[in-house]
Amino acid sequence: MSGLEELYKEIILDHYRNPRHQGELECPPAHKTEGFNPLCGDEVSLTFLIEEDSIKELRIAGQGCSISQASASMMAAAIQNKSIEEVRDLSREFKAMMSIHEETIINADQEPVSPVALTLGDLEALKGVVKFPVRIKCATLSWNTLLTGLDDLDT
Amino acid sequence: MTLPSDLKHRFPLLSQVVNGHNIVYLDSAASSQKPDCVIDAMNHYYETINANVHRGAYEIAAQATEEMEQARKRIANFIGCDSPHEVVFTKNATESFNLIARSWGGSNLSQGDAVLITDMEHHANIVPWQILSAEKGFEIRWLPLTPDGLLDLDQLDQLLDGVKMVSVTAMSNVLGTLNPISEIAERAHAAGALVAVDGSQYVPHLPTDVHELQADLLCFTGHKMCGPTGIGVLWGREELLDSMPPFLGGGEMILDVRRDGFTANELPHKFEAGTPPIAEIIGLGAAVDFLNSLGMQNVRDHEIALTDYALRSLNDRYGEEIVIHGPSDPLQRGGVISLEYRGVHPHDLSQVLDQRGICIRAGHHCAKPLMKELGVPATSRASMYLYNDESDVDALVDSLESAGEMFAL
Repeated sequence: MSGLEELYKEIILDHYRNPRHQGELECPPAHKTEGFNPLCGDEVSLTFLIEEDSIKELRIAGQGCSISQASASMMAAAIQNKSIEEVRDLSREFKAMMSIHEETIINADQEPVSPVALTLGDLEALKGVVKFPVRIKCATLSWNTLLTGLDDLDT
Repeated sequence: MTLPSDLKHRFPLLSQVVNGHNIVYLDSAASSQKPDCVIDAMNHYYETINANVHRGAYEIAAQATEEMEQARKRIANFIGCDSPHEVVFTKNATESFNLIARSWGGSNLSQGDAVLITDMEHHANIVPWQILSAEKGFEIRWLPLTPDGLLDLDQLDQLLDGVKMVSVTAMSNVLGTLNPISEIAERAHAAGALVAVDGSQYVPHLPTDVHELQADLLCFTGHKMCGPTGIGVLWGREELLDSMPPFLGGGEMILDVRRDGFTANELPHKFEAGTPPIAEIIGLGAAVDFLNSLGMQNVRDHEIALTDYALRSLNDRYGEEIVIHGPSDPLQRGGVISLEYRGVHPHDLSQVLDQRGICIRAGHHCAKPLMKELGVPATSRASMYLYNDESDVDALVDSLESAGEMFAL
């Protein structure tokens, strides 16, 4: 079961069992954004409060598998009080980590290569997901949903 | 009569090793495995008679045409229909439904009309109607379910008022429910409606006779019945198909083309534009021969016994910890078992099972309206076929517990 342990790291299971930042903020003043994974029916609903170009607070609602729930929980913890620009940078790093490189497919033992130096902290625990391509969308669902919500602010 | 006990040996894929375990394939509702004879028949076509059909006067082209049309006859016999002209080849059941909606619906439905579908339909029997409805403005009605996952026939007659087409699945791909098609058809016909049937989960698993079903149209797909992908069937009553305009246009579907128009070909070619999937049709013919050699009643009996064993094993072992959707009586259902176990998300459950070589399906099974009715985003679905046996069920039952240990909240 070594493959499974790589996917389901202890810290992921912890975030899954004890998800942080659950619930909904009142809109307005908060903003709301929703995302769906059409493959499995998972749904995430994010409400977030912007103050002085920073994400002051973010709450997560919805339903999903351990990977999508843990990823959302870890994302919420990681972006708290970060500026929108920093959040975008972080999401780029995260999605780079989640992108499939040829070498990871050919040689499953090799670590995935990221173009940027990782500063993801706990989020790095999700690195193992890359070896299970079907699950990448689970890990990126909350990030893509948040990015859509941030893009909507500009329009 | 029972099925031969060594059937697995006829399916090359079932001797594969996955993640260090012999494969346990429990996803036949999504796609079945293929027996050696189907693979051989397709190879035989490519290696010895590969040529386009209905054209060349040379020997192998004539042989290819002959084998394809022989396959059509055997497929027609398999579903008890009178004439191979009534068997139209499509890409899959989804295309068959799109053909019905576009061709029949496009020329018969307008504002004020209604189509009745049900809460347990696959997206293939929902979205083509929705696309057309957006253009034509007719109403789509939904026949609801009872709490135990049967169609609520008490509401049928009242919902039939003003309906021109009832489009319904013969067996749910999520709940396993077998629907009383002939009864629905009688009541629909009495109300002046036609009946289209989704046989995707039914035709591969039960003896099928279009006259007994009393349907007007029947859609099914090859790859769920031991045949290849890329080949589906639309059966329809001859006079109904005759009255329907062509679907896709191009070669093969015409008798004549002039600058000012075209004359459509006869059935079934009117609906078969372009070069057909010849190898796939021949492969499906071989699949039908294979199923006939086993006997479809034997296939059904095997699946009733195996479903009964699976339901009992799961309930005995896990009791309150497990919810199995759909009818509890194996005689009212096929071997499709959608389950929830201790709140473990289907994705996580199927991932743990995959590590033991067990293939089940996690997701909404292309039936999102039904998922909403059940109040779940997704289910874990194990589905069985003629090659499965009690050892496959045992592997599933044993493995659920380790998923629960890891993920139950």
